[in-house]
This record gives sequence, C-alpha cells and structure tokens, in this order.
Amino acid sequence: MTRTGSAVTAPAPSVAPAPSAVVAPRTTPAVIAGQVPSGRARRSVRLRVALRCGAAAAWLSRAAHLGRGQMIGGRIVLTLAPDALAQLSTGRRIVLVTGTNGKTTTTRMLAEAISSTGDRVATNATGANMPDGLVAALLAAPRARTAVLEIDECYLPTVAAATRPAMMLLLNLTRDQLDRVGEVRILERRLRAAVNAATDCTVVSNVDDVLTCSAASDARRVVRVGAGTGWTADSQVCPRCFSMVRRGSGPSWSCGCPRQEPMWTLAGSTVLRHGTTVGQVQLSLPGKGNRANALMAVAAANALGVPVPSALKSLRVLRDIDGRFGTVAWQGHDVHLLLAKNPASWREILAIMTARSQRSRRSVVLCVEARAADGLDTSWLWDVPFEQLRGVDVVATGSRAADLAVRLDYAGVDHRIVDDPRDAVATCSTHDVDVAATYSAFRKMRGWMADERH
Amino acid sequence: MKGTDSAFRIVEVLPDLLATYGDGGNAVVLQERLRRRGIATERISVRIGTALPSSGDIYLLGGGEDAAQILAAAELRRSRALARVAAQGRVVLAVCAGMQILGSTFAGVDGRAVKGLGLLDLATAPGRTRAVGEVVLEPTGSALSQPLTGFENHLGITTLGASVAPLGRVVRGIGNGIDGIDGVLAEHVVGTYLHGPVLARNPELADLLLSWAVGDELAPLRLEAVARLRHDRLHAVQARRARMLHRGRRAN
Repeated sequence: MTRTGSAVTAPAPSVAPAPSAVVAPRTTPAVIAGQVPSGRARRSVRLRVALRCGAAAAWLSRAAHLGRGQMIGGRIVLTLAPDALAQLSTGRRIVLVTGTNGKTTTTRMLAEAISSTGDRVATNATGANMPDGLVAALLAAPRARTAVLEIDECYLPTVAAATRPAMMLLLNLTRDQLDRVGEVRILERRLRAAVNAATDCTVVSNVDDVLTCSAASDARRVVRVGAGTGWTADSQVCPRCFSMVRRGSGPSWSCGCPRQEPMWTLAGSTVLRHGTTVGQVQLSLPGKGNRANALMAVAAANALGVPVPSALKSLRVLRDIDGRFGTVAWQGHDVHLLLAKNPASWREILAIMTARSQRSRRSVVLCVEARAADGLDTSWLWDVPFEQLRGVDVVATGSRAADLAVRLDYAGVDHRIVDDPRDAVATCSTHDVDVAATYSAFRKMRGWMADERH
Repeated sequence: MKGTDSAFRIVEVLPDLLATYGDGGNAVVLQERLRRRGIATERISVRIGTALPSSGDIYLLGGGEDAAQILAAAELRRSRALARVAAQGRVVLAVCAGMQILGSTFAGVDGRAVKGLGLLDLATAPGRTRAVGEVVLEPTGSALSQPLTGFENHLGITTLGASVAPLGRVVRGIGNGIDGIDGVLAEHVVGTYLHGPVLARNPELADLLLSWAVGDELAPLRLEAVARLRHDRLHAVQARRARMLHRGRRAN
C-alpha cells in the first residue's frame, strides 16, 4: 500500500484515544443507589504521595498564572497512582452522567437537586469530563459523600470500572466529532458492555433515544425515562435486532425488540410518573432540550431519595450552566452565549435562536472552529438547517468561518464574515446578540468575557 | 438528455441509511447551482421501502456506518433499481460507503465480506488503520483541471479493476489506500472517499456532473465563498505539511 501525505490515522475500529493515564478498576464494594455511605476510606501511601505531588503541581500552575491547577493536579495524581479514581470513590455514592449532549447541564441539575436535601455533593461543574477532571472534582470536595460526575462517552467504560457507580445516566447518543469518536454504533456497544458489567448500578436511561435505550436494555436495575429525541439520523437501524426502526409522529419508536415503556414522561411542562402528574418543570433555561435534561435529573434524583417537589424547585433558579445560556454584558452588547457541538445540539440552538428572533430584534454570531476538541472536520455543517436563519442578521466568525460561509451562502442566508469573534460581536447592529459557538470557540469567548470583568 | 418541460430531478438514494457525514449537502449544492442558473429542480429523497424512480437526472449516495451500509446494499440488490439506472447511463455520485456498495464486495461488521451491487469493477477490504484527515487530489483524465479537496474518514481499502479509472491521484491523504489514488470514474458514475461535502468544496466536479446530466455545458457560476474556502483548505494542508517537515528537520 502506498501512503502519501500526512493524513492523520487513528487505530481502528475502536473509538477512544488512549486515556492520558491508566485508570485502574475498583475492587471495593459499590454503594447502591438508595444508600448514603458512612465515611471516607483509607488512602494508600502511594496515593498520598501522588496527592502531594499533584498539589505541588497545582500550586506551581497557579503561581505561574497558567490556570487554577485542578487539571494538572488531577493528571499528575492519576499518572503516579493509577488507582486514584478507585480509591477516591471508595466509601462514596458515585453517579456518572454521560451522553453526547446535555451532560454538563444534567450533571448540574442533578447536583443541585441532591444538594437541596442538605447533602454535600462533589461535582465537575466546569465540564472537565475526562478521568483527571473527575479526580480533581473528588479531591475538591473531600467531605462530600455523594459525587455527581459528568464523563465523556468514550471514557465511561474505564471510569465505571474504576468508580463502581451507584447510578449512571445515559442521556442520548448521536454523531459528534466523527473523526475523533468514530462510529456511534461502536460507542453504543461499549456502553452496553459497561452497563452489563455494572451489576450493582441503577441505570437511568432515555428510552426515546434508540441507542441509549439499547445500551441500557439488559441493566439489572433501570429507570426508564421518555426524555424525547430531536435527532434520529444516527439510529435508523436497531443495534440489537438490526432491523429498521419504525417511528410515528411522537418520540416513540419500535423495532424487532420488545418495547420498553418509560416510567417518567413529560407532557409539555408536566412531569408524569407512571402516567400520574407529579409536578411541573419551570426553568429559566431555554429550549426543549433543557426540559428533557430536567426530566432525566428529576427521575435520577428521585431514585436517589430526593422528593420530586424539592428536585423541581431546585432547578428553577438555574440561569447559567458553566457559561451556557447565560447573558453577559460584553463589547457594548447583551451577549447570550450558547454551546453547539454537533448537528443535534445545533438544531436545538437554532430553535432557541429563531424563537427569540421572532420575539425581539437581535443579531446572531456563529463561531465555528475545528480544533481537536471540536472535531477536525466541518462536514457536519451540512446536517444543520441553517436555512432557518434567513432574514436574521448573521455574522460568521472563527477559524472555519470560510466553511460556514459556503454553507450559509448555499442556504440563502445573508451574512457578514468577521475574522475575530470579539469584533464579530462588537460590530453587531442590535443590542442583543446570540452567540452560538463550537466547543473550543465557546471556551475562548467565555475566557475573554471573564478576563474583561476583572 | 432531459426534457425541457420538467424539473431537473436530484435523487438521494437511501439518505436514512447513507448520509452520516453531511453528504446530504451534495444535493443542496447541486440544487442551488441549478437554481441560480434558472433551472427548476426537484429533490427526491428515496428512503427505505420507497421505490427508486428511474426518471432521475442524477443519483446521490452518501457515506454510512456498517449496519446501515449492509441494509442499504441488501435493499438495493433486492430492488435492482439502481442497476437499471446505471445501465441507462444516468449520472451517479457515490461517496465512501456508497461507493463501496457499487463494487463487487465490501467489508461489513467485523470485517467480513458482504456482497455489493457489482455495478463497478472495484472491491473493498478492511484496512488496518482508519484513514482520517484532509485530502488533496490531482484529477486524472481530462474532464477536470482543478485539484480536488475534501476530508476522509474510512477504514476500507478499495482496489479498482482494470476497466475503471480513478477520480484522481492522491497528493495529500490516503484515498482508496492502494496505488496512491482515490475514487473511481466510470462513464457517468463517480465515486470518492472525499467528504466536505465533496461538491461543496469542488464546484468544478459539481458542474461536471450537472453538465453530463443536463446534456450541455452550463453558464459559469463562481461563488466567492467557495473560492475562499478552497484557498483556505489547500493552504491549510500545505502549511501543516511544512510544519511537519520543519519538525522532522529539527529532530535530525
């Protein structure tokens, strides 16, 4: 075989890049969902040494103004003590949240719901969702008996073996960063294996999503939630019976497998458990996707012993999830920052922006990058119905603005191109500006906004 | 040759199974490029269970994952409609998994050989590693003069038989994985591993397919945004290669 050029090749057919450190599985007993554990387990000498090194690295990072040091601390600890995650999980009730979209939001919602009962909760609220981020989160709240941790889908299997969670939430599985993640089907198979291996774990699964429903189908303890799905293109074929999935007009679907009815559903904003109304979802966060995240969080919280009214009440005050959905006064405008990572979340964001555009005059800034964290390719732009933005004042920016501009041109959407995202916002003609950004662009803008406030 | 009293028909073949990678954008590009030339179009999505019309002017197949690709191949083999369409000399663009299906065999789940449609003299076997990254091709043959740019993401290695020609010679990237070529060009059937989508990044190829289907040359259409994108993508590939060469020299 002749190879020319410098194409990036990744090992096939597995999906995840090798973790930054080995993560050793946990051998101590798991805590099941209804229990709250009694206390902290003893730490090995090796771990204690690793923690000192991690703390030193974190201090150096802060002293050199390189950052808060949590990530480097976590990474060093894991390198020196591969069973750090297992040790730090022992004696705690661990809840893992995974899926393509909604992890950070649902994790935050669930952490708030559990906190409303007075329990201290460890969580990685800033979305650091790889093993080192989880170590950092557990270290940051040593007295918390419960941890709600978002985890990247590719890492769930190793982290589940390491933490032996009491509960796992499976939100949805759609295409995302195909060049990094590989085929969605392979992810589903790996999640299914992880669920089947976690025999003491309660799985809270979105059964309206074909792939998460399949991944959870053999779980011993399962809470089925009908959280809806906006994107069905990756799940036309059932991964278990291999027949075509048949869909009606609503979220329900069928294939050759026995149908799994949800226990929890939403009718508009009304929460139903076994068909009986148990409360209303009232959110300051926009969009259908966030109501679905709320349903998953409430169902999970309830299975952990939180009464439904407390859980629902705790969600009402949320306005900003780690920069997402929040409003910041910046560059002379009221800027509403939205994160859009893949076709499914872009559709949700477009729906939010077009609904807002109908209510008030605003501009839309679309910021597209294609760094490693975003996925190196931008073909996904053509799975997004940007045609919906016709008639809106649109600015294209980011390192892949040229790709976006071709998409917008063919979509019949008039737009300006401004290279620097700060200028893109500054030159908008309306006071309100909605900014939809891919992951690395989102983080960069959030950083600029935070810098200017200090 | 199409009639002048009916709309130009763009047929998407099984987009519910074969459109993993934004390849639906190829239909958008063709439709819009005709509309701007004053040619009315109709876009027909043929989902599984629907009969493939034989009156299409151009047929598009996109990329897809293993299980979906196998179902698509089975459906198309059963209905024989695509075979009839190709025999009539209709224009077909097949990307990635779509191209693999047109050959004699392709690699299915776990690498086992699956029967293709046998419409083109090519066969696909599983590679050892995934080919992922930017691709640049120099077109072979005389129909195209501009380099082709796209992004590939596939495991399969496709070997062409003697009776078909490639789309282009690989300048950057992997392509078919054998003989330094990508894709296939056979009469009015074009196959390639390029996503992007391929027609969004390569207007010359888009217009070539349209001129075949229309039966006449089309008025020139230049989109500034496309020219800028091509410049960016081709330059990005060059810059990356220069950085890697520089690093290599420093290490030695």
